[in-house]
Amino acid sequence: MREIFYWQALNEALREEMDRDSSVFVMGEDIGIYGGSYGVTRGLYKDYGPERVRDTAISEAAIVGAGIGAAMTGMRPCVEIMYIDFMTIAMDQLVNQGAKVRYMFGGKAKVPLVVRTQGGAGRGLAGQHAQSLEAWFLHVPGLYVVMPSTPYDAKGLLKSSIRDDNPVLFIEHKLLYGTKGEVPEGEWTVPIGKADIKRQGKDVTIVTYSRMVLVSLNAAERLAKEGIDCEVVDLRTLRPMDKETILNSVRKTGKVVVVSEGCYTGGAAAEIGMVIMENAFDNLDCPVKRVCAVEVPPPMSPVLVNAMIPNEDKVIEAVKGMFK
Amino acid sequence: MGETREELIGYLRKMIEIRFFEEKISELLNRGIVEGASHLYSGEEAVAVGACSAIKPDDYITSTHRGHGHCIAKGGDLRKMMAEVCGKATGYCKGKGGSMHIADIEGGNLGATGIVGGNVPVATGAGLSIKMRKTRQVALCFFGDGAMNTGGFHESLNMAGTWKLPVIYICENNLYGMSVSVDKAFPIKDITIRAKGYNILGVSVDGMDVLAVRHTIQDVVGRARSGEGPALVECKTYRFHGHSKSDPRAYRTREEEALWKERCPIKLFSERLLKEKVLDNEGLRKLEEDVKKNIEDAEKFAIESPFPGPEELCEDVYA
Repeated sequence: MREIFYWQALNEALREEMDRDSSVFVMGEDIGIYGGSYGVTRGLYKDYGPERVRDTAISEAAIVGAGIGAAMTGMRPCVEIMYIDFMTIAMDQLVNQGAKVRYMFGGKAKVPLVVRTQGGAGRGLAGQHAQSLEAWFLHVPGLYVVMPSTPYDAKGLLKSSIRDDNPVLFIEHKLLYGTKGEVPEGEWTVPIGKADIKRQGKDVTIVTYSRMVLVSLNAAERLAKEGIDCEVVDLRTLRPMDKETILNSVRKTGKVVVVSEGCYTGGAAAEIGMVIMENAFDNLDCPVKRVCAVEVPPPMSPVLVNAMIPNEDKVIEAVKGMFK
Repeated sequence: MGETREELIGYLRKMIEIRFFEEKISELLNRGIVEGASHLYSGEEAVAVGACSAIKPDDYITSTHRGHGHCIAKGGDLRKMMAEVCGKATGYCKGKGGSMHIADIEGGNLGATGIVGGNVPVATGAGLSIKMRKTRQVALCFFGDGAMNTGGFHESLNMAGTWKLPVIYICENNLYGMSVSVDKAFPIKDITIRAKGYNILGVSVDGMDVLAVRHTIQDVVGRARSGEGPALVECKTYRFHGHSKSDPRAYRTREEEALWKERCPIKLFSERLLKEKVLDNEGLRKLEEDVKKNIEDAEKFAIESPFPGPEELCEDVYA
């Protein structure tokens, strides 16, 4: 099968949805001629024109808010916020307006909006361009939070997100854009809210998402050489969370490590851990273990940032700790 | 005046509806029948009625926490509104929104927000959608003076000015953002000069004069429909009640209030219609009685309506 980059998969999804539905358009900072800060909208400006590929001023609240207003009145905007760190500026619009209007208005409004953004460390960008802030948005009923790890999932989930009638925060990872994977041609989607078992195993479950799926899969290969067979569950969507897939795996293995690039306190991994505690405590051989980021703002220096975020060694150490 | 007799009486009627609706809400709050926050619009009726009289049913509005007047002026149903304020299942939002979040999506009211300025980007997006769908609609965005100092306001007017979106930004300048006077919150006296910075039209109008508001909004809506872009319209007005029920109004004088109440938009307009013999005293009395009956009917409907059942709790979070 053909292999394409993660950014290309996203680009294809945008093109296919814009071809399929004239109400779909993209809007954001430097997404036009520049093609997006990480190249996802490359070529769209030339092919779809400035009406449907809208370069905006640096106005995150207006980008998301205008997306909401347009979505409420018949359009399907897919807006880009360059870094998840900048979502702080659009927080009111996404959390208080976009995620709330359907419920507050008794189900009369719908907000088919996708906010694409990206997060994560690894390019020396320091404290305001490398955070993993997904946990904030998990806490908001009314939003979906999607975090694909592979080009296949990225394409299939972006298409589903654009077609969905709810506001979706679609969080990419800056180190995944240049990764390659199999992406079949033709018409298909990946459903929101379904996890994917990226590696079958019987000894221990690693629950993870986004770039940490790749880290966990590498760790699992190394552990396999030492006789430990890991199952790697890629959540793909954090809200709604596919609890069944997590719990089925936990019931099989009895051991769980949760790997997340966000920090420990109040993080997505804490939520995942509690889902397991509440529903599969009796199946556990030992306490759930987390591997998350050290509780500091992302530093610039590669030495420091590597010490901060989870890596293969840390995952391996956590897994092995369960077999002592 | 270019309006028919029926239209003129209709504007007066709408303003009286808003006033009586608000008085009823105030009464229900005092009797403990309504809980939560209800921010009363009394005194500002000419803004909502004048502005909404200048647009069509399929045009949009976005509203604020002080939004009852906007909803009524846009053609909202009094029964559904009263039921919503009372948290009943028969309300516009099935009791999930209450006073601060009444929306009538089918009627073009994209809803009221409780976040000051939060509706400004949303209205801008409705304008963008209109432009992209080429429907020649317009969006009226109501907000108070307080919203003009929020970030989203500036981002939105900049976007609307750049893209010439058909959005009319209507500032109900009632001189106070809760308790803080515009003198303390703005470094400028004429707030419409901000429009210049976004290369859009800025106009100021007497917000106590329903026809003045109507004519101003007609003009700017006409421009917007023909692609000439947005406008910022300041309506100089006054809220007769405090910010909310718990506000003792220590930040303003009773003399100031009395002066503004002399300029009550309903008083001014009914006097005018009487003077111009559009209406006589008997006609005015009948009209008031009729509105009163409708409000009482809405109250009865709301009070007799059931609260939503607990099974409703988890409905409508997602589409």
